[in-house]
Amino acid sequence: MSTLRTEQQSQEPLDLIRFQLDEFVLVKLRGAREMKGRLQGYDSHCNMVLSEAQEFIFSEKDVEPIVKKTEMVFVRGDSVILVSPSTE
Amino acid sequence: MLFFSFFKTLVDQEVTVELKNDIEIKGTLKSVDQYLNLKIDNISTVNEGKYPHLKSVKTLFIRGSTVRYVHMSPSSVDCTLLQDASRREALVQSAK
Repeated sequence: MSTLRTEQQSQEPLDLIRFQLDEFVLVKLRGAREMKGRLQGYDSHCNMVLSEAQEFIFSEKDVEPIVKKTEMVFVRGDSVILVSPSTE
Repeated sequence: MLFFSFFKTLVDQEVTVELKNDIEIKGTLKSVDQYLNLKIDNISTVNEGKYPHLKSVKTLFIRGSTVRYVHMSPSSVDCTLLQDASRREALVQSAK
């Protein structure tokens, strides 16, 4: 594989997600939701599978979000707003 | 096509589907297609008090686009295989 190709690959936005495979990510979703979990899989639609995940549902300002734990979950890509590396 | 194949490996397993209108449906995954439409058997709604209108329904088809989450048992997922498949899919996509 040439250097040029590797450079080209790392320029694609989705490659940022690829580097997070098997790492914890924070996914911001539609409907004031967030999901934290270990990224196990994704595709170009941003469909994702997370393990050891926690869902946060935000309702009002200054109110603690509802937290739901889930061992293994598939998240449909059309609800995804952003994906970010997470600590945990 | 990655998640199409992924869901095919989950056929006959127990899953919980959460829809974008907050309805949660538990049942056995019977089949899946390329749009990730799902066919679920032996269903029960998780929040029956709130959504009683599915009480008499035994099997149903869910349009893929209405799905928010699909929860599944961690034992039915091979994580290493899924990670490798994602990397391979990324390579195929970037070659296009």
